[in-house]
This record gives sequence, structure tokens and C-alpha cells, in this order.
Amino acid sequence: MKTKLMMTAATSAMLVSGLSAAAMAEDLTLCWAAWDPANALIELSKDFEAQSGHTMSFEFVPWTSFADRMLNELNSGGQLCDLMIGDSQWIGGGAENGHYVKLNDFFAANQITMDDFIPATVTGYAEWPKNTPNYYALPAFGDVVGWTYRKDWFERPELQSEFTETYGRPLSVPATLAELKDIAEFFQGRDIDGTTVYGAAIYTERGSEGITMGVTNALYNYGFQYENPEKPYDLEGFVNSDGAVAGLEFYKSLYDAGSPPGSSNWYMGENIDAYRSGQVAMQMNFAFIWPGVEADENVGGGKSGYFPNPAGPAGQFAQLGGQGISVVAYSDKQDAALEYIQWFAQPEVQAKWWELGGYSALKAVVEDPGFATSQPYAQTFLDSMAIVKDFWAEPAYADLLISMQERLHNYVIAGDGTAKEALDGLVRDWTEVFEDEGKL
Amino acid sequence: MTDTPIDKAVQRTPEGISRRIRGLSDRAIAWIFVAPTIFLLLAVNIFPLIWTIRLSFTNFRVNRPNNDVEWVGLRNYQRILTDPDIWNTMQATAHFLIWTIILQVLIGFALAFLINKKFKGNDLWTTIIVFPMMLSPAVVGNFWTFLYQPQIGLFNYVIAFFTGADPASFSMIGDVHLAPWAIIIADTWMWTPFVMLICLAGLRSIPDSIYEAAECDRASKWRQFWTITIPMALPFLMLAVLFRGIENFKMFDLVVQLTGGGPGNTTTLTSIDLKREAFEKWRTGYSSAYAVILFVTVFGLASIYVKALNKVKER
Amino acid sequence: MSFSVTEPNPATKWLAGLLVVGYAVITLIPLLWIIATGFKSPTDSIAYPPVVLFEPTLEGYVNLFTDRTRATEQMLAEAGPPQTWYDEIARARGTVISGPSRYGERFLNSVIIGFGSTALCMILGTAAAYAFSRFRVPLKDDLLFFILSTRMMPPIAVAIPIFLMFRNLGLNDTHIGMILLYTAVNLSLSVWLLKGFIDEIPVEYEEAALIDGYTRFQAFYKVVLPQAATGIASTAIFCLIFAWNEYAFAVLLTSGTAQTAPPFIPNIIGVNGKDWPAVAAGATIFLVPVMVFTVLLRKHLLRGITFGAVRK
Repeated sequence: MKTKLMMTAATSAMLVSGLSAAAMAEDLTLCWAAWDPANALIELSKDFEAQSGHTMSFEFVPWTSFADRMLNELNSGGQLCDLMIGDSQWIGGGAENGHYVKLNDFFAANQITMDDFIPATVTGYAEWPKNTPNYYALPAFGDVVGWTYRKDWFERPELQSEFTETYGRPLSVPATLAELKDIAEFFQGRDIDGTTVYGAAIYTERGSEGITMGVTNALYNYGFQYENPEKPYDLEGFVNSDGAVAGLEFYKSLYDAGSPPGSSNWYMGENIDAYRSGQVAMQMNFAFIWPGVEADENVGGGKSGYFPNPAGPAGQFAQLGGQGISVVAYSDKQDAALEYIQWFAQPEVQAKWWELGGYSALKAVVEDPGFATSQPYAQTFLDSMAIVKDFWAEPAYADLLISMQERLHNYVIAGDGTAKEALDGLVRDWTEVFEDEGKL
Repeated sequence: MTDTPIDKAVQRTPEGISRRIRGLSDRAIAWIFVAPTIFLLLAVNIFPLIWTIRLSFTNFRVNRPNNDVEWVGLRNYQRILTDPDIWNTMQATAHFLIWTIILQVLIGFALAFLINKKFKGNDLWTTIIVFPMMLSPAVVGNFWTFLYQPQIGLFNYVIAFFTGADPASFSMIGDVHLAPWAIIIADTWMWTPFVMLICLAGLRSIPDSIYEAAECDRASKWRQFWTITIPMALPFLMLAVLFRGIENFKMFDLVVQLTGGGPGNTTTLTSIDLKREAFEKWRTGYSSAYAVILFVTVFGLASIYVKALNKVKER
Repeated sequence: MSFSVTEPNPATKWLAGLLVVGYAVITLIPLLWIIATGFKSPTDSIAYPPVVLFEPTLEGYVNLFTDRTRATEQMLAEAGPPQTWYDEIARARGTVISGPSRYGERFLNSVIIGFGSTALCMILGTAAAYAFSRFRVPLKDDLLFFILSTRMMPPIAVAIPIFLMFRNLGLNDTHIGMILLYTAVNLSLSVWLLKGFIDEIPVEYEEAALIDGYTRFQAFYKVVLPQAATGIASTAIFCLIFAWNEYAFAVLLTSGTAQTAPPFIPNIIGVNGKDWPAVAAGATIFLVPVMVFTVLLRKHLLRGITFGAVRK
């Protein structure tokens, strides 16, 4: 019965799209996370459907179960997805386990060059092994952790003067993480317009990748490194360096003294909710939410401002998010899927993508003179993309991530042990993973 | 086969002979009737079980199709049984199990006892009380996280209303000490009705005549309760405990939606931990050993319990 | 005095009634909150502090059934004035509807898999139960115990090899795979329950039928089945509710095509953050049929639960 239905659908699609394209019209399924940009992609893809005669279906899964579900799908050799906008960390596994089609020949044949894309996104989303010209994806959506704040609250004279009195500097966008914590503590428990508000909504989610994506913003800037730059997979003294310990302690103090009570399992969605409903003065979140914040009836329309992750003692970095688009090796519609990527890579499509709320990674779009002023958050996005660092993208990334989630959540949220113990434990866990992988 | 006299004869002949006469066709039917069930259960239950046991001695990983699969003997078992984290998980599970059972049996029995007073409309209210257990734990669990949010949820405000505490002063799923209770409360809300129904069946199975006899002996109500009601309902209570015990040992959907195992590992029940090992880290061999250990545990505990239950029943 | 000594006095009844009603009301609060949230606007749904009185809107239901995109000026201009009431609701939030959501499909999957597995389970279960009840099946007791013990395994533990098996057979994320799986999971309890029901039907009826010239199969079909109908119905409700509510297998073994509603509903996400009214609307549509069912079929249902328990 199902095949019959599908045939009917296909037939009607053929009739609609006209006879010339009918011979090869396919129904492509694109898999991605369920979030704002995905809604925009549906809209954008209507042009592709009109031009190519293919029809597009979408399978969107929320972030907290996205990796689980989609890696499950890939590992089971499923044919649900023809196109996968997979998370940046999957690229190693996608390449090494043969889930993704290698795109080098396709790029060469269609004059698509990775030089046209923001370098950080090419390294982050497309290459495996990193820094080699082997491409398994086309950068599709640039994303990075940054901060949103209540400009309207920051500008209140009474708060301004009180803050200056206490901290000896004006209440404004923080230049360092330490300043950010001051501001969070300043707002924590404060009464604003009759409700109690709190400092900052930060990532604390346990089940998928939330707390890691949050804590790394502090770790990087205090001196954490994933490995010895001289010797791959050498972790001792880099993952658990003194700087890293200080960074983790910083995050815990921010959680304890500057975040809303009960925010023990929060990720993108919860942070947005807290911010929209006026519970917090600041929120940490990926850049994708900014178009939504601007449009929000409570906090949009100029009430909010944006700033990149502030610097720490060891520099200024921000956690990379974002994804590349890949063709799934198990799909039997690879040609049509490649056609989609070819269409998507065009500069005019990328420009429209940005307009709809998708963060294009194409240089031609972001280097356009009008880009930085096109939206209130555009400059912050550019600044943030310039300081990105990403998590491991090894095939074993899921194991590495889960141990990190557990160690971090146990220390930051549950208050078990010390920061040093947590990171020492992480070194042990990761060493074990790399040993199992035969890399050590 | 319409030979009536023979049929008649068959029914009256002793079983052994009857079987020989008609055996073939009945036996065939028996097999035709039972075989699909057995086949399906073999395919979906037993075959996977054997496969799990086999995998538990290997280092196989689903997400590494290119790696060689090696026999590692008992290494997986050794790793699990010496891992302190697993014992924490077991402790969390035991805490959850014991308290949900205590609360559900107490409240469930009390409710059944009250409903058995046969007040007007008890039928309707029983049905309403039963609602939670009919609903999808995942869907409802997801909503409980919403209810538990200190700022925007209802739970803290309701507690605050009755106790006068500040609603923002505590966080059910964020606090290490409260989170284990948050899942117990939600589970108790969901499954007390089940215990109640079984207790109700137990209470209704006690014949009135026993109470009438007790009344004639001028036994007090209090005495009747302890000497008649409780002992007579005990097998049912124990049955309820068995069911809830098995079900909550398997608990996954409600808790995974509620806390995801957090904060830290405080509500990481065995099923959640196992899911993480098997379907997030994809340590298939290791998690197979874990599954076998769990199965042996639940099977062992249940067998001992069933023996005890049968003793109580015989009494 | 004519009343029985076991009949409680009116005061006791009143007190008992009051306590039970009180508990029932508390029990209902979370459910009513779900239903109410479905009719809130997104802003009201996450109001801080929560609101009990609000202006009802169908926005949650519109959001549940549609995908929306935040509209640019140009898109709004192109789209023209809103065509329908639901267009209007979407427009009020500065979004345009880009198409139907996947909720309908997921709900339909729940229906197909729920009813499919229940039907299959009843066919197999009744046959097996009849055989166990009437014939001497070799190793009967062991088989019965084995059938029941399969129910004790945590689903996650079973899911590991089933995942591998389904992958090899191409059954991952298919309706037929999920139907077979749920049937197998439900079979154990069904056979137990049904055997109990069939045991209660006197053998004499079939004997009479056999004497009248029925074959064994006809006797089963024409005599036993009608007698066992209520029992089968009670058991079927159980299987249906299990399959309807099941989450662990569904989340691990389905990803799109055959995904049921329970793994889908918690994951409904709107434009800009979690859309609680839409989640609540989805939950309401999914839960209310079960509640209605419970009220309508309460006699069978309650009997089924207790019967199953008391049997053992």
C-alpha cells in the first residue's frame, strides 16, 4: 500500500513538474536538526524544487536527540536521509566509516572551490582528516556560541549608577569573562519591574552535548587545549592544565552565583525560553537564535544586544557550532542529492539563505560591504566566527563527548569533587578511548 | 471428521487412548496454534538473548564496521563489575525502586480501602484516578519537566502556596538531593492507580461472611483490619510489589524525559546508563555484558520473590 | 436494624468519598495543565510566574500541524493577505506557513503500528492460548514460564541485538518491523491473560460441538471465540495501550518513516525556542483518546488489569 501511495505521489509530482524533468524526478529527504534555520531551509528549498523538478522532504530532529537519532540512522545503514546536514563533529566518523560520499571530484567537476568559504567553516565542517584537502561536506550553516543581553536593562540609569558604584566601571558589554560574571552576579536575584530576575542562562544540559558546548567557552579562554600541539593525543597537562582547571572553576562559579535556580539541564531551547520570558539579563547561545530574538515581541526590536564570547586570561575563543551538508552513502538518489548541493552553493542562493535567517558560510556573502550592518547581530557573528575552536571531530567523538558531559555535569552541577579531579578523570577517560581506538 | 460415535467414544475413553485415536489432528492443530507464537518469541526474544550473550564476550562496536571483532573473554564483565560508577547507578535504581514501591503501596492500598467503602460515585472517581497509568510515560514525563521548572512551572508554586516557601528557593530536577525525589513523585503519580486496582481486587475477593463472623465475635474494626483485611489482601499486595518492581527496574522513558539522568549521575538508572553505553557510545560488546548482568539480576530477584509469594499464597 | 454489618455507615462513606475525590483532583492537575497549555499563546505558556487565567488561542494547534518560516518583508509582500484563519494566526507572529508538519504522519504511524500489532497479537495469542488451555503441549509449563519471563527484560537490553537483527533484515524504521516487535513484546502477557479467559469456558461446549460434527477448528472458531470475546477485548485494549505508549523501542529503532508519536511529541520545536503550546496540543490529541477510551471501556479495562494479576 505504501509503495502505491509513493507511486501516486511520484506521478503527481511528475505531472506538476512537466515532462522534461519527469524522467528523473526524485523525492529527496534532507535530515537536519529541528530548529529555526531548518524552517528557513524549507522555504529556501522551494526554489530548488521549482528549478529541478525534484521534490524535497525534510526530517528534522531536535538537538538533544539529533546526534543519537541520526548517528543511529547512519550506523544502521538507513536510507531515510539522502542529504545530511550533520553536526561538525561527525565528519570524522562519516568519512572513516563510509557514511558520507567524498565530494572532491564533484567539487572539481562543478567549479565549487572551498576557497570561497570561510576557512574556519571549511576546516570545521568539511575536511577529514583536518587540514587536508579531503572534503566530505559543503559548509552549510555557520554557527558559533555568543551572548545575548538585555540592552534595555543595561541602559537603565538607576542600574547604571548602582553598578558603577559597586564595580567602578560602567554597566556595558563585558570585555572579559570575569566582567561577565560580575554582571551576572549583579543581576542575580534582582527585582526588575516586580519580578525576580537572574544573571545569565548558560548551557548545562546533561544528555547530549549541552554542558560541553558551554564550558568550552570558558576552558579555551583560560588555557585548555585538547592535546599537545606537538604530539597528537597527548593529553596530560593540556586537558587538565592549571588554566583549564581555572576555566572550569570559573564556569561553576558562574553557574552557582549567576544563573537561574533550576537551570541544571538547559540547552538552546531552555535558554531561549528563560531569556524571552524575562528571567535573565544575559544568555549564552548559538548565533542561530539571534534572528528570532530580534523578532520576538518581548525582547526583540532593539531591546537586545549581542556580543562575542569575552576573552579570558589565555585569549579569546568561542565554541564553534554549525554544520556542513553531506550526501549519505546509503542513498540511492545520490545524483539528485549532489544536484541539490550544486544548487545550494550558488552565491545568489547563499545570499537568500542569509536573508531568510541562515548563516551562510560563503565569503561572497559575509564579505559583502553591506553584510555587517544588514542585521544588528551581523558584526557579532563575524567577530565570533573569527575566534572559533571546535570539539574533537574524531570518529570516536561520541565517546569523547559523553565522558566530558559526565565529568563536567558531575562537577559543575552536582558539585562532586574538584575541577582538577574532574579534568584528571577526563584525561583518563579520553586516554582510554584513544587506546581503544588504537591511536595511542 | 464427522464421525460422531467415534468422537463420543473418544471423549469417554481414558486420555492416553483418546490421544492415540485422535492425537494426530489435535496435535497438528496444537502445533499450528502454538508454533507462530513460539517462533515469534524465539525470533524476537530468545535469539537476540543468545546473540547478546555471544556479543558480551567480544569487543564488537556497531559504529566501527571496519574494526576486527575480537574475543575478549570475561573482560567486559570484569570491567563492569569493578566499575564504581555502575554501583552508583545500581544504588540510584535501588533508591528509586524502594521508595516508589513503598509510596505506591501505601497510597494505593489506602485508596483501594477507601474506594471499597462503596460511597456514591466511587466508580467514576476510580476511573479518573486511573488516567495517569493509561498515558504515555514519555509524553507525560516531558511535561513534568515543564511542571518542575522553578520559574515557569506549576509545581513549585503549588508547594509554595501550601507551605509558604519561596517558589524559587528550590529546584526539583536541578538539585542533587531533590532530583531523585522528583522522579519518585512523577512515577508515584503515574503508577499508584495500578497498585490501587490490584489492592481493590484483593479487598473485593474477601467474602463478607468473614467480616460478619468477626462482628459476631465482637472483634473491633481495628482488629478486623489487622487480622482479616491485611492477611487476606497480602498476596495481592505482594503481587503489586512484584509488578512495580519489575517495571521500575526497567524504567527508562519517564526518567529519561524528566531528568536525562542528571544532575550529575544522581538519577542515572540502569536502563539510562545502558542506553548511553549501547546507543550513544556504541560499545556493543560491553553493553551486551551489561544487559546480561541486568537480566540475571532481575530474573534472580524475581524468582526468589515469586517463591516467597507462593508460600504466602499457600498459607 | 436490617443493614449488613459489612456495609459502612454514612459518615465513613462521606469521609472516604472526600479523600478519594481529593486525591483524584490532585491527580488531574498535571493533566489539566497540559490541556490548558495547549490553548495558551507561546508567551503565556512560559509566563513567569505561570498564569492560570489566560486568553485561549488555537495557535498551539496551528503550530502543531504546520511548519512555519520567519518571513522577510519580501515574502510577506509576495504572499498577499492571509487566506485562512490559521494563516492569520501564523502571520500575527511574523511567520508564514511553509507546509504541514510531520505530526499527522507520526500520529498515523501510531495508529497503524498500534492497531496492526494488536490485531496480530490477538490472532497469535488466542490461538496459542487455546492450545495451551485445551491440549497437552509438550513442556507446557516451561513454555508458559518462558513466555512470561521474556517480559522481564529491560527493553534497552533487548534492543541491542534487535537493532542489529533489524539492521541486517532491513527492518529498521519500518512499520512491519515495529508491528512484529510490539506483537512479540505483548504476546507473553496476552497468552497468559487469554489462557485464563479460555480456561473459564467449559470444555463441554466444545465437546457438544464436536459431537455435532464440528471439526476441532470449527469448534474453536464458532464456539470458543464468541465465548471468549470479552476476554479478547480486554486483552486487546492492553496491547493497544502498550503499543500506543511505547517509547524505548520506538526511539531506538525508528527514525522517520515508522516513528510513532511518543518519541516525536517531546521534540516538537517551533520558530524560536521550544513551542510548549504545540507540544501540549500534540500531547492532548495523543492522550485524550486514551482517557475517553478508559472511561468508555472501564469495566473491561479494570477487569483485565486485575484479572491478569489475580490469575498468577
